[in-house]
Amino acid sequence: MSTVFGVPTQALFGQLLIGLINGSFYAILSLGLAVIFGLLNIINFAHGAQYMMGAFVAYFLLQWAGLGYWWALLIAPIVVGLFGIVLERTMLKRLYQLDHLYGLLLTFGLALIIQGLFRNQFGSSGLPYSLPAQLTGGQNLGFMVLPNYRAWVVVCSLFVCLGTWYVIEQTKLGSYLRAATENPALVQAFGINVPRMITLTYGFGVALAALAGVLAAPIYQVNPLMGADLIIVVFAVVVIGGMGSIMGSVVTGFALGVIEGLTKVFYPEASNTVIFVIMALVLLVKPAGLFGRER
Amino acid sequence: MAVAKESAAPALAPNLPETPRHQYLAFVVMVAFFVVAPFLVYPLFLMKALCFALFACAFNLLIGYVGLLSFGHAAYLGSAGYLAAHAAKEWGWPPEMAILTGTATAAVLGLIVGALAIRRQGIYFAMITLALAQMIYFFCLQTPFTHGEDGIQAVPRGMLLGILDLRQTMTMYFVVLAVFLGGFLLIYRTIHSPFGQVLKAIRENEPRAVSLGYTADQYKLIAFVLSATLSGLAGATKALVFQLASLTDVHWTMSGEVVLMTLLGGLGTVFGPVVGAVIVVTLENYLAQLGAWVTVVQGIIFVICVLTFRRGVVGELGNILKKPL
Repeated sequence: MSTVFGVPTQALFGQLLIGLINGSFYAILSLGLAVIFGLLNIINFAHGAQYMMGAFVAYFLLQWAGLGYWWALLIAPIVVGLFGIVLERTMLKRLYQLDHLYGLLLTFGLALIIQGLFRNQFGSSGLPYSLPAQLTGGQNLGFMVLPNYRAWVVVCSLFVCLGTWYVIEQTKLGSYLRAATENPALVQAFGINVPRMITLTYGFGVALAALAGVLAAPIYQVNPLMGADLIIVVFAVVVIGGMGSIMGSVVTGFALGVIEGLTKVFYPEASNTVIFVIMALVLLVKPAGLFGRER
Repeated sequence: MAVAKESAAPALAPNLPETPRHQYLAFVVMVAFFVVAPFLVYPLFLMKALCFALFACAFNLLIGYVGLLSFGHAAYLGSAGYLAAHAAKEWGWPPEMAILTGTATAAVLGLIVGALAIRRQGIYFAMITLALAQMIYFFCLQTPFTHGEDGIQAVPRGMLLGILDLRQTMTMYFVVLAVFLGGFLLIYRTIHSPFGQVLKAIRENEPRAVSLGYTADQYKLIAFVLSATLSGLAGATKALVFQLASLTDVHWTMSGEVVLMTLLGGLGTVFGPVVGAVIVVTLENYLAQLGAWVTVVQGIIFVICVLTFRRGVVGELGNILKKPL
């Protein structure tokens, strides 16, 4: 068996792939956080809970309606996104005039409620969600076997991230959005309905989280607490990348996933903490984050 | 320019003028309550409330008077508990040395985390403290001396200064009360000192404080270390009271709980964190059998507080009485 730096190639590429998968989730989630933060100035602590909800909606669709993975990929983000819109309309919009920290506290409370309710209903052990039939099996690449589903997750999340980047940076809608991030009052004065844009942006960010949840469901099990610890890592990713740039959060997300995967190969004890260590180093060297700017 | 706009946002608590007389009265009422209470209520429960009250007061020093939301305060509570428990059990140190060891641990951690976290402001500060606390949690989970999921159990309480037998519940209770009052008065003294005034100035408008020649970062760091140290004092004491140091105290849910206590009691009020801690601990006591419903109730309180009750219990009371408490 061939080895790289004394590590079997099989294990190395295996962990690299897992790193890429985790990186996909970091990228989608931190992208959602960045989009929401850009316009609402709120850090959405409920992002992890909404990611979990996405996975659960997929599970419900399969159990109750018999709708499989592909439908879930479409319906779950819409359902959870609508849920997000309701939250924004009823609660978050009351906080825009206040200190930003209240948004964090409110969404933290919402995360506790959502996770608590799901835990009451479904316990803390995971519920299995099977792979879609079209994506079972894998490709033998010679040096490793690439499971089809995992390849799909990476491709799909890259596609979603690039799509989001394109919409925000290259389209007219995106230019409204960026303008409203800079100066909402002025954009409103030009006759654009900024409150509605804010609502839809929050819904979109939440939908991204739900999409990540559906993608994650077949890999990790569907678990009420699947987003609880993940969101803290995503916060670290966001601090490292800085929320100033869309591309920045995507690149940082994937890169950190890969670094985490490699750490699992070479120094497994540190694999849980490596992202936090990187965050500390980045804060020392470039406090605004790799792609961020001081605000 | 952008920085000025950020800091000019409405602060978390109104700046209150100093009128000490009724605060003395409130202090006397509080002390009287805690002196009489152990004869009426289960002392172990009260000791838990006192430890959390000190923890919440220490947390409030940051959020209420410097405007910094630390979302990782469990790290200081928990790691101080571990070190105190380890010193008392494995090294056989007397309780005063065990508590000092734990408190010093929290101070050092606070210095490191604080120095990193104050490099960013506002929401980033909260995320950084949370992430670094999670790192400390994973460290506690993996390192052997904490005994993982079991925690450090059967920690001996020992003889305080060789004279006070802490195995006696009432002796332990009054030692905990003394620790709490010491921490409480230190915080009270701090926020009413010139140093505390500068902290409030930084909270209200950091660029202006800097332009007046105050090194805001140093002030913030000192406040952070003080807050972490007192949280550590609370954690070390708690470890001796319950003779246990466990992962619960380092987990982020604990960081959330201290935010809840302070928010419910009243951010930036002197007595709010104490009231909030007593309410939350009581609530958890009654809801303990209900499992995950505790989380749901906590979440609901968070949402209600943020949406309609931002002054908290003591803040509202002070508003009705027209006197800051």
